[in-house]
Amino acid sequence: MKLVRNTLAAAIAFAAIATTTPASAAELEVTHWWTSGGEAAAVKELADAFNAGGDTWKDGAIAGSAGVARPVIVSRIIGGDPMGATQLNHGRQAEELVEEGLMLDLTELAEKEGWKDIVRPASLLESCTLDGRIYCVPINIHSFQWMWISLNAYKKAGIDAPKDWNEFVASAPKLREAGITPLAVGAQTWQTNGMFGVIRLGLGGMDLFLKTDVERDSEALRSDTMAAIWEAFGEARKLDDDNNSIQNWNDATSQVINASHGAQIMGDWAQGEFQVAGQTAGVEYDCLPGLGIAPALDTGGDAFYFPKQDDPEKTAAQLRMASMMISKSVQVAFNLKKGSLPVRGDVDLSAANDCMKKGLEILKSPENIVPGGTQLFSPDTSGQLEDLLSEFWTNPDMKPEDAHDTWATIIEEAE
Amino acid sequence: MVKSIHEGMQGPHGPKPKKSLSARNIVLYGFLLVAAFYWLLPLYVMIVTSLKGLPEVRMGNIFSPPMEITFEPWIKAWDTACTGLYCEGLKVGFWNSVKILIPSTVISIAIASVNGYALSFWRFKGSEIFFTILLFGAFIPYQVMLYPLVIILRELGLFSSLGGVVLIHCIFGMPILTLLFRNYFASVPEELFKAARVDGAGFWRIFAQIMLPMSLPIFVVAIILQVTGIWNDFLFGIIYSGTTNFPMTVQLNNIVNTTQGVKEYNVNMAATLLTGALPLVVYFISGKLFVRGIAAGAVKG
Amino acid sequence: MKEPVSNSEVAVKSALKGRRRPKLLRNLAAKIAAVPMILVALVGFVGCSVWSIFYSFTSSKSLPKERFVGFAQYERLFDSSRWQTSVENVAIYGVCSLVFSLTIGFLLAVALDQKIRFENTFRTIFLYPFALSFIVTGLVWQWLLNAEFGIAQVIRDIGFSGFEMNILSNREYAIYAIVIAGLWQGTGLVMALMLAGLRGIDQDIWKASRVDGIPAWRTYLFIVIPMMKPVFITTLVIIASGIVKVFDLVVALTAGGPGGSSELPAKYVYDYMFGRANLGQALAASTVMLITVLIILIPWAYLEFSQKRNAKHG
Repeated sequence: MKLVRNTLAAAIAFAAIATTTPASAAELEVTHWWTSGGEAAAVKELADAFNAGGDTWKDGAIAGSAGVARPVIVSRIIGGDPMGATQLNHGRQAEELVEEGLMLDLTELAEKEGWKDIVRPASLLESCTLDGRIYCVPINIHSFQWMWISLNAYKKAGIDAPKDWNEFVASAPKLREAGITPLAVGAQTWQTNGMFGVIRLGLGGMDLFLKTDVERDSEALRSDTMAAIWEAFGEARKLDDDNNSIQNWNDATSQVINASHGAQIMGDWAQGEFQVAGQTAGVEYDCLPGLGIAPALDTGGDAFYFPKQDDPEKTAAQLRMASMMISKSVQVAFNLKKGSLPVRGDVDLSAANDCMKKGLEILKSPENIVPGGTQLFSPDTSGQLEDLLSEFWTNPDMKPEDAHDTWATIIEEAE
Repeated sequence: MVKSIHEGMQGPHGPKPKKSLSARNIVLYGFLLVAAFYWLLPLYVMIVTSLKGLPEVRMGNIFSPPMEITFEPWIKAWDTACTGLYCEGLKVGFWNSVKILIPSTVISIAIASVNGYALSFWRFKGSEIFFTILLFGAFIPYQVMLYPLVIILRELGLFSSLGGVVLIHCIFGMPILTLLFRNYFASVPEELFKAARVDGAGFWRIFAQIMLPMSLPIFVVAIILQVTGIWNDFLFGIIYSGTTNFPMTVQLNNIVNTTQGVKEYNVNMAATLLTGALPLVVYFISGKLFVRGIAAGAVKG
Repeated sequence: MKEPVSNSEVAVKSALKGRRRPKLLRNLAAKIAAVPMILVALVGFVGCSVWSIFYSFTSSKSLPKERFVGFAQYERLFDSSRWQTSVENVAIYGVCSLVFSLTIGFLLAVALDQKIRFENTFRTIFLYPFALSFIVTGLVWQWLLNAEFGIAQVIRDIGFSGFEMNILSNREYAIYAIVIAGLWQGTGLVMALMLAGLRGIDQDIWKASRVDGIPAWRTYLFIVIPMMKPVFITTLVIIASGIVKVFDLVVALTAGGPGGSSELPAKYVYDYMFGRANLGQALAASTVMLITVLIILIPWAYLEFSQKRNAKHG
């Protein structure tokens, strides 16, 4: 009973505070799936900035990756209980919800603040656009095209750290001898699919990637180069840990951080974890964009959508939140914590670490940029690819040529 | 039926036991002990792990008792474990579950008891057909109904609210509860009912004055079934209750799937035990009634 | 199951029925009281099923749309290797849980029925997991079967240093991890049902068989089990309906992994419905599940009800 009384007292106290804030303030519930240490620290930047404006950020984190969170988010929007704002990967995921008129139109705000001029690459804003109207705020640029190397693990094994994928594969037997598993991979299916994307872009190069993923060209999809890449990916299955029992990507990153595993292929969000663990790029760990072979980045990323609200005050607060998210100071603070790159080029990132600077450098030339997976494929297609890739990764009996054929078919038939 | 329930509670029937150290007894108790070991092992491991510090968990053997008992994991699981910025542990989920549990249990049992009574004594044309449909409903995969129910709740303005998830529990609890009550009332001697009818008592009066007082045991059974069922629900909680009303199971899943830094197995185990605590307590207290309820409700179906 | 009704009672009944009122108003209170049940049966169960079947013939994505595509969703479903794996897995899970929970549950019930000491304690131990949710069950077994810290480590500690047991990360065995956890959770219930059935058997049977010198195991096999047929059927139906619905356990224990090797149909539906935004596909899968359940259920219901009717008229 004491607890009930305490909660009650707290509620009353809270109500008292709430009534003293300006009338224009509102509370917005924000759903997202950022629950790892680095991610939570980044979200806090957003929440603090929003709260500083007098509004209230009500955090609605849902654990267990997008696969668990997205159903909750989508069903709530469909079910008529929209949250104030929600993370979704921009691109195809929210398409239908936008068409149905369930999302707030941000075009006016975007025009007023000139998002078109500040957001780079322009494709990010294009992914937020439907029929010329803007429906989401891109908040960061995430690229999957990174490989994280544990320098400590290589020190332990007494060999030089690899500079690219091929060296890494060559060093694998030495790592095994030292009792280190070469590659850390979490069991969630999107991780394997993403890893394959990285290897594809790294080994196959930019042109092939654009032909296969953007143009969906049958010839390229079924080319000999692709077959060789599948072969290499099949070989890579041996680098994994057979006893792997982890699910989350950040648990795999921990394995690299504590040097029990040699490397992980994971997006730049992994960087936040190294930061939380107090490690420095170039000292305890190293980062190789594009597998160290082809310096290219895909520009996926996260975006926030604002489901339509009945309450005009909430709508006003939604616009305030959108404006806050793209503002200079928030872009810097948030992305430094998140390990991602800001969506605007006009901010000062001198505080960025070596890895982020490498990324910024690559981003400068547009020919190094490919669109991210969520911009290219519908969740349905991505899901099928994830099923295939994760099965291939865990099933040593599955032949590369068979998987290659299925893979090509899925992309050819994708909408 | 009344007779058979009493019979059901009679003592064991097997052949009489012979002297205590016969080969038969060794096999018998051996089998039971091995089985008991398998069933107790997970509970033991949960408790032991939840009382260890993290270094000890990583170093040691999952079966070894804690060298140093710590309640830190329990406190953390209840009070401060995080999902994103939300660091309230399980306590909010606990109260949400209570808020979902009480109305769901009361309403679903109230409706089902009246249903069972009507189906036993006041059959009308078609009542059996509806009941059959209801019974089939008990076996329909939930997935078939997930999406249309989202739409129905939206139209009722109940989606993502306490009311919505309560309604869902009432719907899905109805088949088995109705069956339970119908079978119970079917065992009530028809003479009792007729005598009351001759005295001029109507539908509700007979229910309130005659049926209710004599059906206490079956109400206890129904309460146990609903309390454990609703408390343990995950699917409806995550879809229909809305983020602010997430029940304890959903928050448990959130907490164990969140790792910030290292995976805290001890906190996860404590959280798991906390979530399972209420139905376990209900079960241990009710013990025999639980078994009787299962017997009365299911076997006679 | 009702006691046979005597003739005089039938007379009273028809006398009561004799006071006819307008048809709809007769039994009005009962009809009003049954409104929630009728609504749930018609709108909830029938309505939702029909809705789901209807939209399984469309190409709906996130939202239901009447864009009909015939059987295309079903074609894709049966072509999908993930669905095939899911069906295989549910078959493995189903057969294993049926066989093992019935056998073990029955054996435990028989053992408890031998006038043993601590019967209540044993029964409590076997039944307690039934009070726990599948989420809790999944998490505990995940921890026990963890290749690094779990039982495997204990066995290594005893001296088998090379021992490896990684059924959770093994494509072939992951589904059996789900079976093991499911049995742990559900066998107690089977035992309780069986025990109730055994206790319902007439004491005279035992006396008679003892007089005839029939060994106990033969009595069980040839006399008791046939007598418990209704209990077995009910148990079977309860287990079977649970098998089709398994969802939480997979989510908590393996998340369908490794590499989709422990996927189950219920999870397929859930994933496609919201996460992958392909409602039509999800509903096609759920319709197949529904039809499967009906195929199991209708013969049983027919048997049950025809038996009752015969009993009543006999």
